Amino acid sequence: MYLASRSGSGVAAVSKSVGALRATTSNVVALGLVSLVTDISSEMVTAVWPLYLVMGLGLSPLQFGALEGVSGATTALVRLLGGHFADRWRQLKTTAIVGYALSAASKLACLCAGSSTAALGAALAVDRAGKGIRTAPRDALISLSSTPDALGRAFGVHRAMDTVGAFLGPLVAMGILWASLNSFEAVFVASFCIAVVGVLLMMSQVRDRKAPPAKAQSLGAMLALLRLKPFRRVVGWASLLGLVTMSDAFVYLILQRRWSVDAVWFPLMPLGSAAAYLLLAIPLGYLADRIGRWAVFLGGHCALLGALLVLLGPAHRLAFAAVALVLHGVFYAATDGVLMAAAGALLPEHAQARGMSLIQTGQATARTLSSVAFGWLWTCWDSRAAVMVMASALAVVVLAAAIARPLHTEDAQ
Amino acid sequence: MSGRWLAVFVGMMVVIGAGYTWHARQRHARAAVPVAPGPAISLRTPGQLFFRNTEPGPHFGRVAAVPIEQLGQVTPPRRVFDAECDRFAVAAGVGLCVAQQPGVLPPMSDVRILDQDLHVVRQRALPGTVSRAKLSSDGKLAVWTLFVMGDDYSEDRFSTRAGIWDLTTDEFTKTLEDMPVSVGGKRYFSSDVNFWGITFAGDDTRFYATMASKGRTHLVQGDYRLFRARALEENVECPSLSPDGKRIAFKRRESPNATTWRLSVMDLATRAITALAETHSVDDQAAWLDERTVMYGLSRERRESDVWAVPADGSGAPRLLVAGAASPALVYP
Repeated sequence: MYLASRSGSGVAAVSKSVGALRATTSNVVALGLVSLVTDISSEMVTAVWPLYLVMGLGLSPLQFGALEGVSGATTALVRLLGGHFADRWRQLKTTAIVGYALSAASKLACLCAGSSTAALGAALAVDRAGKGIRTAPRDALISLSSTPDALGRAFGVHRAMDTVGAFLGPLVAMGILWASLNSFEAVFVASFCIAVVGVLLMMSQVRDRKAPPAKAQSLGAMLALLRLKPFRRVVGWASLLGLVTMSDAFVYLILQRRWSVDAVWFPLMPLGSAAAYLLLAIPLGYLADRIGRWAVFLGGHCALLGALLVLLGPAHRLAFAAVALVLHGVFYAATDGVLMAAAGALLPEHAQARGMSLIQTGQATARTLSSVAFGWLWTCWDSRAAVMVMASALAVVVLAAAIARPLHTEDAQ
Repeated sequence: MSGRWLAVFVGMMVVIGAGYTWHARQRHARAAVPVAPGPAISLRTPGQLFFRNTEPGPHFGRVAAVPIEQLGQVTPPRRVFDAECDRFAVAAGVGLCVAQQPGVLPPMSDVRILDQDLHVVRQRALPGTVSRAKLSSDGKLAVWTLFVMGDDYSEDRFSTRAGIWDLTTDEFTKTLEDMPVSVGGKRYFSSDVNFWGITFAGDDTRFYATMASKGRTHLVQGDYRLFRARALEENVECPSLSPDGKRIAFKRRESPNATTWRLSVMDLATRAITALAETHSVDDQAAWLDERTVMYGLSRERRESDVWAVPADGSGAPRLLVAGAASPALVYP
């Protein structure tokens, strides 16, 4: 099997893999299709969620505050456990299915929760848990279904398909609201049905990848992964970069304030970033395979730095705001899937899901800390000073990462 | 699973989804409330309680009215108008209708000014989801609150925007967020300030509103002409001034972490707060039925709610005014 020789020399492996290429690619496309369908389901709920809570159930701002309490910390823990058990039981596909099924069930739970904030919070928590559980095993499946030299492209294909679903979700929700004469319940039922289709596609179209059994099975095996020097470096640098990454919400908020973007257009800003992400995910994944994943990953952070500099620059033309949004989309396209591709190539087969969950959790935790820090800077000084501090810190860390070249062995291949 | 079975299951899902959508559409078309015939009434006809009809059926969400004498009957025949509003207010022959644009995502709302025959005379569109609406007693200032999720897009968090439309000058204030506020005598700065639930005094200058920041809520007293405000009380939301302008009804939480609101009235001169006899948690910007009585919507289940009334001095017990109604507004006799 080709994958067993992933650490071996490239040339022989590539010729061996040609036959397998078709099959592996179809598995990545199937996983992309599952994500596309699932994202339609989840984004249609996200789109009507505020309407449902306010118009449908009559909740007030502080009750939303209670819903918001579904914290990132729980998601991080669930994600680590999902990654761990997927590898331990060698059941990547089954674990991912459980995650997708939980999210599907949460749509019905939302319906049954009525206006009880606690029940709605619980339904939301089930959805988040499902997302946490499935992410790492799914990314591990993508990684194991692809050849090491084409990992960037594989993740690019997956992320692009995922984003298509995110675009379609609100449109489908609008159609159902229109057809049902504004019934939120109909949107939830439809979202559930679409999520079930996602689960069915996962069960029938995605082929499982059985990695060889790992020697170490305990939870400590997760930490043992950090003994792998290249992987430890990637986790470390990715987390460090996460610490100096400004969160999306702040980017959009500053764009809106500086350019006094009419509030009507405000919700379209994330769509602008997402469009750039959608268009560039595959080409940049391809580029990452060609010139080195770490180089593209750092390049993405340079794009973010560029976006921050535009945020600080003159605000007399709306075109600058558009440039900032595109750069923000480039940042995502060059980092999100590319980092997983970089990690996948470094991880042993039996620990793909564990490793993915570890790096995702490290990055997410760092970004949460960065949001808290940024919010604090914003409150103490002002947004401009906070962006300046963030941009400077980002520049320093990117420069350091470029000099350290944690993946130089990979680049040399 | 073979391709055939997959097709069967996917087909089943499509049938369930489409079937439920059709069912929801049909349910909407069945009427559930008697509609009264009779001579035309307007927003100037005294003694009429206007509200948003929440009985299911084709009249769901429309403005309706019941004469004050018939209040207390469980489902008094109601006169139904064409205007569809999610929040409604009436004063001095002027109507304020804040309505969600149907099937529009991201959510948009229309702020509509109605003449006495409930025809739209002015309209502005704003982003967000409808929450509150009120008019000053002379019908010259329209105020509202919308929920906006864009400010914190990626974090499922909501913020509110409370705005003022001066119908005399056409000055349109989309949000109070830029208004300087002092808390405890000191100017308050924070990037997360939110306002909601505005109520104006008879002079069209003094107003009250809720300000929230860092998980706390404050009742603020503002000056519209000077555009500034100061905090008076904590844990108080959605104020509503009495017709004489001397008392404020609001929903109040005993502590910042309490999950229920108690409908209460504060005497502005003495700052004494009286909890009213309603023991359910009330989540509404109340209105005054008369000088002695406060009325408010109380949700029954899913989208349906009833309008109740309770004495403003803490005595007595709540009584049902109209079933299947929300957002009450009285044309004073």
